Amino acid sequence: MRHIISLLMENEAGALSRVAGLFSARGYNIESLTVAPTEDPTMSRMTIVTSGSDDVIEQINKQLNKLVDVVTVMDLTDGDHIERELMLVKVLATGESREELKRIADIFRGRIIDVSDKTYTIELTGAGSKLDSFLQAIDRGLILETVRTGASGIGRGDRILKL
Amino acid sequence: MELTGAEITIRCLQEEGVEYIFGYPGGAVLFIYDELFKQDKVKHILVRHEQAAVHAADGYARSTDKVGVALVTSGPGVTNAVTGIATAYLDSIPLVVISGQVPTSFIGEDAFQEVDAVGITRPCVKHNFLVKDPKDIASTLKKAFYLAKSGRPGPVLVDIPKDVSNQKAEFSYPATVNIRSYNPQVQGDIGQIKRAAQMLLEAKRPMVYAGGGVILSDASKQLTELVRLLGAPCTNTLMGLGGYPASDKQFVGMLGMHGTYEANFGMQNCDVLLAVGARFDDRVIGNVAHFNSVPRKIIHIDIDPASISKRVKVDVSIVGDVAHVLSDMLAVLNSSKQKPDANAQKNWWKQIDEWRGANSLSYKNSSEIIKPQYVIETLHKITHGDAFVVSDVGQHQMWAAQYYKFNQPRRWINSGGLGTMGFGLPAAMGVQLAHPGATVACVTGEGSIQMNIQELSTCKQYNVPIKIVALNNRYLGMVRQWQEFFHGNRYSHSYMDALPDFVKLAEAYGHVGILVEKPSDVEGALKEAFARKNDLVFLDFRTDSTENVYPMVPGGKGLSEVILAEDL
Repeated sequence: MRHIISLLMENEAGALSRVAGLFSARGYNIESLTVAPTEDPTMSRMTIVTSGSDDVIEQINKQLNKLVDVVTVMDLTDGDHIERELMLVKVLATGESREELKRIADIFRGRIIDVSDKTYTIELTGAGSKLDSFLQAIDRGLILETVRTGASGIGRGDRILKL
Repeated sequence: MELTGAEITIRCLQEEGVEYIFGYPGGAVLFIYDELFKQDKVKHILVRHEQAAVHAADGYARSTDKVGVALVTSGPGVTNAVTGIATAYLDSIPLVVISGQVPTSFIGEDAFQEVDAVGITRPCVKHNFLVKDPKDIASTLKKAFYLAKSGRPGPVLVDIPKDVSNQKAEFSYPATVNIRSYNPQVQGDIGQIKRAAQMLLEAKRPMVYAGGGVILSDASKQLTELVRLLGAPCTNTLMGLGGYPASDKQFVGMLGMHGTYEANFGMQNCDVLLAVGARFDDRVIGNVAHFNSVPRKIIHIDIDPASISKRVKVDVSIVGDVAHVLSDMLAVLNSSKQKPDANAQKNWWKQIDEWRGANSLSYKNSSEIIKPQYVIETLHKITHGDAFVVSDVGQHQMWAAQYYKFNQPRRWINSGGLGTMGFGLPAAMGVQLAHPGATVACVTGEGSIQMNIQELSTCKQYNVPIKIVALNNRYLGMVRQWQEFFHGNRYSHSYMDALPDFVKLAEAYGHVGILVEKPSDVEGALKEAFARKNDLVFLDFRTDSTENVYPMVPGGKGLSEVILAEDL
């Protein structure tokens, strides 16, 4: 099953490699991994999307907790949560498709953030599945480039991950 | 007052009360070595290879309750140390390894003797640090010692670039350490402890399975008291030997791949299993599915939450320091009105005694050829079961574990998790230095001993009078045994030809060597060797080259699918 694990870790050199190394050394899957400093610059927040049986997920949580640089770990999928991912797509936008692409972007609440005479760059935010749907909705031949950040997640309501 | 990074490093070691540091100098640690030279509180032991420095520190740590310390230079110094670090990691041994690094401005330039020490050791340390500023050395070393020793112990590497060891900073050694992301749980949950106690009281066929955690936590007193109170049989893992007295009637021997019949059958057939500081590893319980095929309740005490329900699902988990948890459990049991079910246990012991009757450690002695088991039994006899026995890895290791009956913790020193050949001699050196005057035997084979034989030179330099008991069967015996069982007797590269004359080799290093070829000479030779209190004696026992280790649970099989010597 797919799980989204959030963690707070010391914002120190090498901390990311400890997490990445743990996943490869123990043979765990990583679908995506994002990390950036938090409002407290000594701490980074990481979101890992992974998958595995309940036993494997339990071990992942325990092994992450065991890393000395990791301050706290939460499996967001254990409760209500919100998941968002940012995607930038550069598409070929000429002739008839120029108008069509704008319309589809609007439907998906995307924003065109860069325009040239032949291209649009569209910014889209949402759950990963919404981004997938957008890519399926437009003509594959028009896609010049995509870049996705991987999921970030946060608990709903008073589910808070803090030190 | 401002001190250089090197001075700070040595001052920190002094503050930690470090008695010995095992190391080898090189370019990147010259400033640190210069400071070592100027003082005499911390004694440096110059090994002949960095791997041996770490093993020696490891042996020192295992035989005491202190942190072992090693010092190596950058590049090859670190890579040579890696095997030693991984050995300590797999067995949860507290070490601080200080490595030199190229100057900070050179890092990343593929400089001479540069290697990414933090990267290369990351998967085999509890934690590691690269110190980029001399003002951080003291706090980093304080953390390193704390991390190494607390919680589940382990090796910690501190990498210090050469320029950092030469720059000055204000020195004050922190009195306390606080790491917000690291708070190991010491006390076990009392509710869980009560549940476990109740489960044990209601057991019809209880069994206690205790591992290296008992040794690391210095909990053998509590374990012994608990086992006696429960009236249950107790088995130790390879790492746990000595945690429960082997001469006690409730002890059923070591379990696992080469465990006794009664220990393995007890594990398989008990109704409540108490696992204490042990981790159900593959060499211990064999095939997990087979192990799980019979119903039993499992209670697991471990300081590392990640060890719990990793390979085997448990019913009651207690995270905490073994000594603390066992003390609390004893208090609960002692205050309970309920007593263990004596009637049920009578039947259980009847069953266990039947298994014992298989006499699974029996072997046919010979008057013609030296049996390795006989050497270990004689070693036990003439050292009164009181020696520190440091082992290498292979058949001799299993025979030492099976036939030397350990009654005390920290007397059996071996590389269990990583299985590092070459561990024995340097580790024995560390043990002897920690216990001057004590009897220290290094049980080894002609294969293992050659993996760090250069340390005979270190032993000469520092007058380390260990006794090397080499069971020389001219084979990489454990490899040969597996080839006999599983590879159609094709002894692919397991025969050692062109062996050195170990007696002459020992003499070349300035030690005493004794060749023993006849069973009737075994006892005399051992007595003679151990009577030489101040000499290192190398005993070269020419043992039966066809002998195998029994009982044996073949890899991937279940605990009750055991091969006994008589089966073949």
